[in-house]
Amino acid sequence: MVAVVLMFTLTNFRLFQFTQVFIYAIALLGLNILTGFNGQISLGHGAFYAVGAYTTAIMIDQWSVPYGWTIPTAGLVCLVAGFLFGIPAIRLEGLYLALATFALALAVPQILKYFEHWTGGSQGIVLSKPQAPWGLALTPDQWLYLLSLAILVVLFALAANLLRGRAGRAIVAIRDNTLAAQSMGVNVALYKSLTFGLSAAYTGVAGALSAVTIAFVAPDSFDVFRSITFLIGIVIGGLASISGAILGALFIQFVPNWAQDISKAAPWAIYGVFLIVFMYAMPRGIAGTLRLAAGRWLRRRAEPPAAAAGSRR
Amino acid sequence: MLRRGFLLTLLLAFGLAATPAPAVAQTPGVTKTEIKVGNTNPYSGPASAYGTIGKAIGAYFKKVNDEGGINGRKINYVTYDDGYSPPKTVEMVRKLVEQDQVAVLFQTLGTPTNSAIHKYMNQQKVPHLFVATGATKWNDPKNFPWTMGWQPNYQTEGRIYATYILKNLPDAKIGILYQNDDYGKDYRKGLLDGLGDAAKKMVVLEQTYEVTDPTIDSQIVNLKNSGANIFYNVTIPKFAVQAIKKAHDIGWKPTHFLNNVSSSLGTVLKPAGLDASKGLITALYQKEITDPQWKNDKGYLEWVAWMKKYYPDGALDDQANAYGYLVAQTLVHVLKQCGNDLSRANIIKQAASIKDLSLPLLLPGIKINTSATDYAPIEQEQLAKFDGERWVLFGELYDAGKK
Amino acid sequence: MDTLIQQIVSGLATGGIYGSLALALVMIYQATDVVNFAQGEMAMFSTYLAWTLLNAGLPYWVAFVATLAIAFVGGLLLERVLIRPVESAPVLTIVIVCIGLLVILNSMAGWIYSYIQKPFPSPFPSTPIRVGNIYFGAHSIGALGITLLVLLGLYVFFRFTTLGLAMRAAAQNPVSSRLCGIRVGWMLAVGWGLAALVGAVAGMMVAPVVFLDPNMMSGILIYAFASATLGGFTSPGGAVVGGLIVGVIENLVGTYVGFIGTELKLTVALALILIVLVVRPSGLFGRGAVHRV
Repeated sequence: MVAVVLMFTLTNFRLFQFTQVFIYAIALLGLNILTGFNGQISLGHGAFYAVGAYTTAIMIDQWSVPYGWTIPTAGLVCLVAGFLFGIPAIRLEGLYLALATFALALAVPQILKYFEHWTGGSQGIVLSKPQAPWGLALTPDQWLYLLSLAILVVLFALAANLLRGRAGRAIVAIRDNTLAAQSMGVNVALYKSLTFGLSAAYTGVAGALSAVTIAFVAPDSFDVFRSITFLIGIVIGGLASISGAILGALFIQFVPNWAQDISKAAPWAIYGVFLIVFMYAMPRGIAGTLRLAAGRWLRRRAEPPAAAAGSRR
Repeated sequence: MLRRGFLLTLLLAFGLAATPAPAVAQTPGVTKTEIKVGNTNPYSGPASAYGTIGKAIGAYFKKVNDEGGINGRKINYVTYDDGYSPPKTVEMVRKLVEQDQVAVLFQTLGTPTNSAIHKYMNQQKVPHLFVATGATKWNDPKNFPWTMGWQPNYQTEGRIYATYILKNLPDAKIGILYQNDDYGKDYRKGLLDGLGDAAKKMVVLEQTYEVTDPTIDSQIVNLKNSGANIFYNVTIPKFAVQAIKKAHDIGWKPTHFLNNVSSSLGTVLKPAGLDASKGLITALYQKEITDPQWKNDKGYLEWVAWMKKYYPDGALDDQANAYGYLVAQTLVHVLKQCGNDLSRANIIKQAASIKDLSLPLLLPGIKINTSATDYAPIEQEQLAKFDGERWVLFGELYDAGKK
Repeated sequence: MDTLIQQIVSGLATGGIYGSLALALVMIYQATDVVNFAQGEMAMFSTYLAWTLLNAGLPYWVAFVATLAIAFVGGLLLERVLIRPVESAPVLTIVIVCIGLLVILNSMAGWIYSYIQKPFPSPFPSTPIRVGNIYFGAHSIGALGITLLVLLGLYVFFRFTTLGLAMRAAAQNPVSSRLCGIRVGWMLAVGWGLAALVGAVAGMMVAPVVFLDPNMMSGILIYAFASATLGGFTSPGGAVVGGLIVGVIENLVGTYVGFIGTELKLTVALALILIVLVVRPSGLFGRGAVHRV
């Protein structure tokens, strides 16, 4: 694939940045499944990202588990954690769910610091960057890039499959009209919790990968702004859109850097302006807007010209 | 449609960003006319108050450049914002090392942020000089030969207080207030280590706080009620003011040890009340720029003149601007010492061979010294007591290097 | 016993701070159905404006009133200019715009005023009032008093004035309100203006305690959310009471519950939010929302 070929032309630093993009994309897809497709707003996915990252870090640091095993484990742990959190969250809607998840995100750094023995407290845990396995002639950056890309493709394919199928329709139905879905026989409670769990699992895997690629975890990396950035990512990328996750990931990785290049004095002001302008121009996110535009273009092509002129208001 | 859109997006992104790998020069970051110095600082986010250090450094380098540079080369100072977030620090530092190809990474700020790049800098063999944190781990030339701290570390300061307490206040009952992160914990460890076995008996209560807490009044109340007659105050300026004021307001008058980070007369003692601050004890290594005793001191006047010309936006009562000035001077000294060999290997070698460097804003008697086994440039501090008007130095110059 | 009372008193003082910002949050939510994440930054920015006026030599109460006026107009304009274009967009889009505003205000404040903390004067005397062994901060009492005054003012405004009535109508039923001739768009703008005004009061009462710097409100915003959740997002009075409760509980738990101590104080506040949300989402004083099928 093109991305793989490009791997050989990009510098290690760029590969590192794009690996971050892949990782964010996985996290964003997780959040999007919950918020975009299922309508449950979460401002707390940074918490699951942190849990995934720390699961990996602790397993490597305390028990010398090879990092390969830590990634699915992190996913599993978050699946359970997300599901458990999803249960009481079933009753919460909109604002209240947002607040609950917000509280979760805020509590995480303090809790991480408290369990110092496991988490290394505010000092964090330092890991080593893994070398490419099986003697492949790749730099660590290239290997991690490949690994993240591979996991991304697999998880995206899984998600696409899920969302296109029966489960996907149930999930979306719950978002659009919970009562109707319930009366049609969808087990709303179960689906909502499972979706929470699945969404958390995705974000947890992303967190695990980030721990491996950055080779360091500390409570400061998982503050509330992380969760808010994820929300920004899915809204800008496009809610309820799988490709939106990648677009959003590109945004949250690169736009802050561009903002810094534009203005050294007040870079975040520029970032804020970017956010607002994007939302004005594309209220449904990049993917959403593209979809609308594509739809309109296709419709115009399908209609014969005279009829189109007449039917247009 | 999905798969295509997905791939198309990736392709576009890569197309935009693909850059050929730059060849690594023999002396990276150095040309006949310039030396590239890299830095990350928190210009935004929770620690943004420290961002002024990064700016002060830039202002000092500008002065040096205006006066001809270092051995004919100007300093090209490249600094990025990391928002005090370790992953961002990693990214920005990799950019500095791999893309911008700096000769040296200088004064990166923060303990977790520096921890994140500690291994990387040593793997890449790039000088990681004079990091802006007081943690102890930067003085480890055996395992991390490319990383060096600068300021007296927090544990040393804690131990200085402990020594004083053991000698002069034998029936001490100590209450500790510290910030719940490695800065606070390091200071705490220093004191406890210095007290040794006596710690268990002497420490009656410990309280912590988070940077996000609005007030620490509750903690002060608890400390007073624990019967402590010594208050070990490990707080940043914002909370130090509250602590001093609240203790005074509720009538608690312990022997009050204030950590060096918050010893500024202008930003802490004045807002807290000069009267309420009487009797405070701290350890100093810099000349306190808001202290009237240095009003006519040559070093101070030079600093003020520099601030007015090169950093007019900077506050004249913010000790951080004196700190930035001092570290920048230290780096310039090292780079000058390199002569014409500005390879990364020589830069770190020269940094580890500083002999008795005294700088105008350091307290008289304090000298910077480093060697291949001593990566702690400043190890001397002096106790001072506040008399309502200024910090009066007393006792002898404590030298951790001699220990 | 003394410790207990003193901790409660301290808790009420901090709680007053939380409550005042919570009030602003609830106000905007009631008027516009949007949780404005930028509320704290708007309050912070207003306080910086007050600081500028004070530095220019204006006496305190003049600067105070002037700031309120500027904040009101500012809030109104922000709604019309920034939020109006996305009024009909999905709620998350509006949230992102608010976040954008937050980031811009924070960054601009840092750029214009630098990130160094500045002392901010209090109109109340700084010597504490002593009753037996308990010390009451004069400023804390004064600030709480002002918050309650604002609360009273709002109550009177919404209950007894035509404009207040129109605003309540616009928030509850925009369609019918339009039919009655109420300019719903402008009602939203006034809502934002009022919330900005309340926020400015909160900022000016808080700054003497925590010092003025661009990140002043970020820690408090979290507690303000906790307070508003506890009290109920549909009840302004509840928000203030919620703040007081959060302040007191936080202090008592930190003092008396050993294994939590002060290291998990914030976590306690958050656990409180979670418990309240699960048990009674609309808060202690709020009214549950009834959805039409």
